[in-house]
Amino acid sequence: MRYNDPSPLEVRVISQRFDLPNSASIDTYLANDGYVAIKKVLGLTPEQIIDELKASSLRGRGGAGFPTGMKWSFVPRNTGKPTYIICNSDESEPGTCKDRLLMENDPHQLIEGMMIAGWTIKSNKGYIFIRGEYRYLIDIVDRAIAEAYERGYLGKNILGSGWDFDLYTHTGAGAYECGEESALLESLEGKRGVPRLKPPFPAVVGAFQSPTILNNCETFSSVPVIFRNGGAWYAELGTPKNGGTRLVCVSGHVEKPGVYELPMGFPIMRIINEVCGGVRNGKKLKAIIPGGSSSPCLRADECDIPYDFDSLAKAKTMAGSGGIVVLDEDTDIVAVALRTIKFYAHESCGWCIPCREGTTWLKKILTRFHEGGGIPSDIDLIGELASNMLGRTFCALGDAAAMPTGGFIAKFRDEFEEYLKKHSAQAPEAPELVSIA
Amino acid sequence: MTFSPELEARFAKLLASYPPGRQRSAVVPMLLYGQDEVGAVTQELVEEVARRCGVTPLQVDEVIGYYSMLHRKPLGKYHVQVCTNIACQARGGEELMDHAARTLKLGNKEVSTDGLISLEEVECMGACSWAPAIQINYDFHHFVTPERFDQLIAALRDGTYRKAS
Repeated sequence: MRYNDPSPLEVRVISQRFDLPNSASIDTYLANDGYVAIKKVLGLTPEQIIDELKASSLRGRGGAGFPTGMKWSFVPRNTGKPTYIICNSDESEPGTCKDRLLMENDPHQLIEGMMIAGWTIKSNKGYIFIRGEYRYLIDIVDRAIAEAYERGYLGKNILGSGWDFDLYTHTGAGAYECGEESALLESLEGKRGVPRLKPPFPAVVGAFQSPTILNNCETFSSVPVIFRNGGAWYAELGTPKNGGTRLVCVSGHVEKPGVYELPMGFPIMRIINEVCGGVRNGKKLKAIIPGGSSSPCLRADECDIPYDFDSLAKAKTMAGSGGIVVLDEDTDIVAVALRTIKFYAHESCGWCIPCREGTTWLKKILTRFHEGGGIPSDIDLIGELASNMLGRTFCALGDAAAMPTGGFIAKFRDEFEEYLKKHSAQAPEAPELVSIA
Repeated sequence: MTFSPELEARFAKLLASYPPGRQRSAVVPMLLYGQDEVGAVTQELVEEVARRCGVTPLQVDEVIGYYSMLHRKPLGKYHVQVCTNIACQARGGEELMDHAARTLKLGNKEVSTDGLISLEEVECMGACSWAPAIQINYDFHHFVTPERFDQLIAALRDGTYRKAS
């Protein structure tokens, strides 16, 4: 089910089945264009598949926005090693709640997307890595997998192609870091989810030291429709280099928060005002966090841009995982900055020092600042600490912590200064010196 | 150590799902599923998981501290998790956590003396657009007001709690 009402402005492509009765069942899927794409794909060569994907301009929906066709093309062929298809459903980026809907309402779409990836590199095994908190989804996806086996869409000799493909769910157990692809692979192998040194990238050395296609749940879920309707058709839905639609998760201070499927490049202000009914209670917009909590915020006057990877990158932030947190004029930016860094300090895996220490110190300074113990030099210190983490950590988590923190300081310096005036610690009066004779 | 037939079936399926020689992969899922039945990651469970996955107990031990959902001590029968991350914060998640701590008379990660309820302030659980959200064990509850929270707790206490639709 959906937890919010749909909007008439949505373009329902990957969410088209969400409102159907028993939308998760294979019968509903088959009656609504399900497993049509895989039948087409079984007649295509890997090159044809990758070309079609490239033509679609599909880009990774997990956060980085890397072109999916390109990612698939990096997988070396004929290495003699087994290959794997891994779905990242470890959705944990604050502000993001879309993969949940995709697995809850249309698990077969995800399965079909992974099958297409599987056929492309002739992989025989896939895993769907689902965060531990989503236990009910493991049951739903397991049921869908069992249905697909029963109908011959998974297992041996799929649809007479001579190709075998097995698919399994794998649960996480609470760790944001496992959303980082190499940490996810460590976790899949039964270890602590710490990142691996890259290169080699997972395409070459991934799961179980073998070539691997690893994509986000929404990315795989977008694949079947591309092969049903064509890459050009899909690309046309969005803007150049930003093909298709995406599930945009809007939260925070809007009248109608929710997950809405919108074409790439849909204007952000229209998302807030038209799709979501405007800022709550007639308040003014202060800022948005445009792509999950890792993305630097945009001030209200910077929000008049299209919502796609390139437009957000041009605005020196990112569309990331598609989670927009809307903040109204009453929002205490210092409190948001503190809550954000608390999260990253909690989730830093501790593997590398700039991230482990950087997030911890940022948390300590911001906590003191927020409690009223701030001093004027703190503002620069926070900004400096954050910029010293950037690019110096083992994986993107350090950047993910540093970017929004630096962003809050850069864009709302006046609020930090104002906060300091209102809440700064008064230096205690110097006590009279006692001389000890 | 023996488990319920359902869990045994799940374990068997899990162990068969990884490539030959890669049974270590089942460690984290077995710990989490095992914890759900046993109530905590006990030393006995650690050793059993190690034995079944063909690794040393130390290799199992070392992952436990890493994953925030794995607990060495039992949680309450109902583990109430309140999200206060930014999306929930914007919709009153922190106030809800304060309300929870005050009314349950529990601090973060504390268990009530009767073992019925435990409370935890958690990170983003993937319910941002329907905030503030809580989870009671694995059940999501969206748009939770303090009043709704009190109703849910009352239901936990008088045994009428049902999973949210």
